[in-house]
Amino acid sequence: MSSTATPVAQSAPEPASAGIESAPETPEVRAAGPVPAGETAPAGTVGSGSVGRKAATDYADYRLVPARHPWRWVGTAVVAVGVAGIAWSLATNPRWEWGVVAQWFTAQSIVNGLMETLKLTAISGALGFILGFILALMRLSASPLLVSVSWTFSWIFRSTPLLVQMLLWYNLGYLYEKISLGLPFTDVRFFEAQTTTLIGQFAAAVLGLTLNQAAYSAEIIRGGILSVDQGQLEAATALGIPAWRRSTRIVLPQAMRAILPTAFNEVIGLVKGTSIVYVLAYSELFYTVQVIYNRTQQVLPLLLVATLWYVVITSVLSVFQYYIERHYSKGAVRTLPLTPLQKARKFLAIHTPAARESKQERGTR
Amino acid sequence: MSTALRTTTQTPSAAAATDAVTTRGLVEITKVRKSFGAAEVLKGITLTVEPGGVAVIVGPSGSGKSTLLRTINHLEKVDAGFIAIDGTLVGYAVRGRRLHELREKEILKQRTEIGMVFQNFNLFPHLTALENVTEAPIVAPRAGKPRLSKAEARDRGLELLDRVGLKDRAGAYPRQLSGGQQQRVAIARALALDPKILLFDEPTSALDPELVNEVLDVIRGLAKSGTTLIIVTHEMGFARDVADTVVFMDQGQIVEQGTPQEIFTNPREVRTRSFFSKVIEPAFNI
Repeated sequence: MSSTATPVAQSAPEPASAGIESAPETPEVRAAGPVPAGETAPAGTVGSGSVGRKAATDYADYRLVPARHPWRWVGTAVVAVGVAGIAWSLATNPRWEWGVVAQWFTAQSIVNGLMETLKLTAISGALGFILGFILALMRLSASPLLVSVSWTFSWIFRSTPLLVQMLLWYNLGYLYEKISLGLPFTDVRFFEAQTTTLIGQFAAAVLGLTLNQAAYSAEIIRGGILSVDQGQLEAATALGIPAWRRSTRIVLPQAMRAILPTAFNEVIGLVKGTSIVYVLAYSELFYTVQVIYNRTQQVLPLLLVATLWYVVITSVLSVFQYYIERHYSKGAVRTLPLTPLQKARKFLAIHTPAARESKQERGTR
Repeated sequence: MSTALRTTTQTPSAAAATDAVTTRGLVEITKVRKSFGAAEVLKGITLTVEPGGVAVIVGPSGSGKSTLLRTINHLEKVDAGFIAIDGTLVGYAVRGRRLHELREKEILKQRTEIGMVFQNFNLFPHLTALENVTEAPIVAPRAGKPRLSKAEARDRGLELLDRVGLKDRAGAYPRQLSGGQQQRVAIARALALDPKILLFDEPTSALDPELVNEVLDVIRGLAKSGTTLIIVTHEMGFARDVADTVVFMDQGQIVEQGTPQEIFTNPREVRTRSFFSKVIEPAFNI
């Protein structure tokens, strides 16, 4: 803050003073270093000196001193100061216009936009991953035709910018006026419609996002499937388990462990990726925000509104991710790690005064 | 391939027709050849294992033992020759004077009659011991037998786990079990489909020495049950103990076969003698 006010004059002495400031800090910390060591040292030397050559004692009645980590505390302090600084500036700088943010955060138009964003994410995410799974199986199949179709699909949709795909689908009516289903090279038509009526903003958005998502998720799922040991398939085959069941019951659940982290990355990317459909003037969250700030000129606060909603969605997804990953780690680890909730309960059980007393009682017994 | 097949297909089917009861689990391997790229791994193997018999295949690594085992349940397709179980060809259907390659679904049915136990257990790590055992009986299409309901499969699964001494670990995941326990679960899993034939591909090679016996004891128990067993192993003491027939393979061929007495005590071939002198003597010296 202050450096921006007097840019040149202060920039030079600042690092110097920082250096001086940090100089006395280090010996202080170094002095702190030996303290825990000094505490434990007498116990250690007495133990090894007196007991080592004489009869063996057990150390059951000795007080246990946990290892100290002074640098962790230094690190924590530095980070805490940084976080506090940022929080302070966010709270006190009037230009963030938190009042405006609060006013628009739950406004009807914003909530409507949010719903559209969620709808797009859910539909294109689900369809994208289903199509991706099929493409992955095609790519891994024995048929050269299926392999090349799947490869070509991924190649095309991964090499075209999403924006271009979006506009292409939306303007399909320009390329092909009518869409029809019939026998090729004959006049037989079962179904025919104007492209523009068939593919509106929503259809174009879903098409673009789904196909793009499918191309990426196919590779993620394929990678997951390849990570499963070949012996698993062999064992399932030897047991006469049918092919589809082998994929869904034996291979896929094991592949999930490799698929999930990247897949959630993709879904979170998709949440924000939906904002690209603003080019179709589709009123999802981001487009809605743009429309509002073009009218009110409160650009940053409204972008903040959108950002906060994206943060909320990502947070919720992260919680899902944690529990879903935990579910699929069944059998892969000997004991499941505690959930944060279980950890909190355990912490409280140990650190509440009542628990501490009972622990001490147990210790003296 | 076809010449070998045409001339020999008559015999096993005739045998099956005449004596249906006692041929449960007759394995006939005739002139089987298999190559991986340029390397010929099986060079015309002919071997018959009688119903309820216990054949132990021994030999140096790379001699084609495991490949031979895997051709029996069609995990590997043979290049020439044929394999028949109770007179029915594995992987092919005979119609007139033609052999039709079977489709996946039919082959799966055949496989349910042949259980297999792998060197690395290959248990499904995300399923409990019991679920590992019950999976196939619930979903696998079986020839002439209905699929089991979940409850039936559960009862049968617990019974099998009990038989291998692991009833109390039914809910454990494979990673929570020792190697020996895992292999015993794998044996229970292979038994769940009531196979006529059980194939063991070095079932104790991945185990710590002190865990080997718990697995071998289970296999010994099976040897008396009337199921045909074909076992690839390096445990010579066990082979001597359990086998009716010992088959010594080297470089893709059967060098000699006979009773344990014949093969271990009086091998005819020089190659057999030199192999056993390396494998058995150190073991007996200990």
